[in-house]
Amino acid sequence: MNKVGLYTKKVIEHFKNPHNMGKIKNPDGVGKVGNIICGDVMWLYIKVGKDKKGREIIKDVKFETYGCVAALATSSVITDLAKGKPLEEALDFNREEIIKELGGLPAPKLHCSVLAADALYEAIYDYLKKQKREIPEKLEKAHQRIEKEKKEIEERYKEWIKIEEEMHKK
Amino acid sequence: MKKNLKISNGVKNKRIYFDYAATTQVDPRVLRTFLPYFSEKFGNTMSLHSFGQEAKQALEESREIVADLMKAKPKEIIFTSSATESNNLALKGMAFANRKKGRHIIISQIEHPCIMECSKWLEKEGFEITRLPVDEYGLVNLGHLKKAIKKDTILVSIIHASNEIGTIQPIEEIGKICQEKGVYFHTDTAQSFGKIPIDVNKMNIDLLSASSHKMYGPKGAACLFVREGTKIEPLLHGGGHEAGLRSSTVNVAAIVGFAEACKLCKKEMRKEAKRLRKLQDKLIKGVLEKIPDSYLNGHPKMRLPNNANFSFSFVEGESIVIQLDLLGIAASTGSACATAKLEPSHVLLAIGLKPPLAHGSLRLTLGRWTTEKEINYLLKVLPEIIKKLRKISPFKTTTRPPRPPSLRLGP
Repeated sequence: MNKVGLYTKKVIEHFKNPHNMGKIKNPDGVGKVGNIICGDVMWLYIKVGKDKKGREIIKDVKFETYGCVAALATSSVITDLAKGKPLEEALDFNREEIIKELGGLPAPKLHCSVLAADALYEAIYDYLKKQKREIPEKLEKAHQRIEKEKKEIEERYKEWIKIEEEMHKK
Repeated sequence: MKKNLKISNGVKNKRIYFDYAATTQVDPRVLRTFLPYFSEKFGNTMSLHSFGQEAKQALEESREIVADLMKAKPKEIIFTSSATESNNLALKGMAFANRKKGRHIIISQIEHPCIMECSKWLEKEGFEITRLPVDEYGLVNLGHLKKAIKKDTILVSIIHASNEIGTIQPIEEIGKICQEKGVYFHTDTAQSFGKIPIDVNKMNIDLLSASSHKMYGPKGAACLFVREGTKIEPLLHGGGHEAGLRSSTVNVAAIVGFAEACKLCKKEMRKEAKRLRKLQDKLIKGVLEKIPDSYLNGHPKMRLPNNANFSFSFVEGESIVIQLDLLGIAASTGSACATAKLEPSHVLLAIGLKPPLAHGSLRLTLGRWTTEKEINYLLKVLPEIIKKLRKISPFKTTTRPPRPPSLRLGP
């Protein structure tokens, strides 16, 4: 079996050495999501550019995650999968892709992949909103669902969030 | 980071076990003594012939040794297969034997899951359960206990030492209150038996559960002390083994191992507790000193000599445990992410930890083969791991610089 204990080797690789970790200065879009059940939090930053064909693509993407092995690994993988992708394609992302890329996740951890996909949706939503562009219906729906959960999670971590935000204002 | 973790200190290639509260290795001195009971001394204790009588004799000698470690009479010891079974037998057996007297049972909010689940089941069967809250250190309030005891209370069951945070309850005082009020008192000593002195008479204990595999004996053996004259109903009906309270062919080999483990614990208890205290002290001070935004869970003084439980802000426990595991260090966490139900530890919530801090908890439990070298190694790598995980976390700005542990250790 291609597993190290609970997790696949691929999950552990991403967990040990996560790709695209950190913040982007002056990001074009930020997605902040949290899972109210387990308590994990994921912040994802994107920079949007254009490819040769003139399509909008995710030029750069970085993440910060507070959570378990699966949450860290799914964050890392989604940045790999999203980097260089046209925005439209990135919106069609689903969690199956993330799980496949990681060679599977233990059943109680499948929700972590939802969190990663949500973080990306939210970053794109934030970008489109800032650009005052029209939001595709599917994205709007996802946003409303995520927003509901986010309120609860922000309440839980409000002290920590305040400290972080104040630190980065300076 | 990677480079920093490659510390050459002689334990690099060895796995390090900091999870003695989960289970322990069978002491080689114990292993030797019970192996013959799988082979040439395999008899059934109920048989009349020499094979059976040989096994029966070993069983009764074991009963004496186990009883001795808690100052009980041999006939007050009922052997079972696990502390979970003992706890079930104590609660359900007591509840059903006394249901005409009353239907009220008192436990604490920080019992082991087997007591918690048992109490839920008894509720469904029509019993009333009071779950006493604990203070920030995990201690039951004696005033609360006194108030909670009613006319129809039949049993109080309080864990002796917490398997998660190591807090030791004032068991003698609790026993005294129960005796004064005329209710039975059960205590789960799975974590404390063999580690700290227990005297069922001095402590006014009527029922006590203990387990072999937590004290360097084999899995599959445990016991319930039932004070002479105390009536309980059996869970298993059958051939009438163990004074009719636990029918099942007796697992002689495991019980012989359990008894041998008790012998060693008795002989070495004082010295070993002192040794572990020193290591525990070093571990707790070291972690709190080296890692900013770290907290000790449980009581600073009234705690098992082998338990250290910490919370770290901004990081999640399963990630810490797996990072440690990648370095060959075994530890445990009360984080929601480490359970199938995705619920944080009920013990950490009961001591008032907010979910974020329960999320970042780490339990390190020491034992017979823990060395100072291993503690040093942990103190080298753990700060690095927390730092790395905080770097990944969106919350990384520590709220305050590390404080000397002396400021945080006092109650």
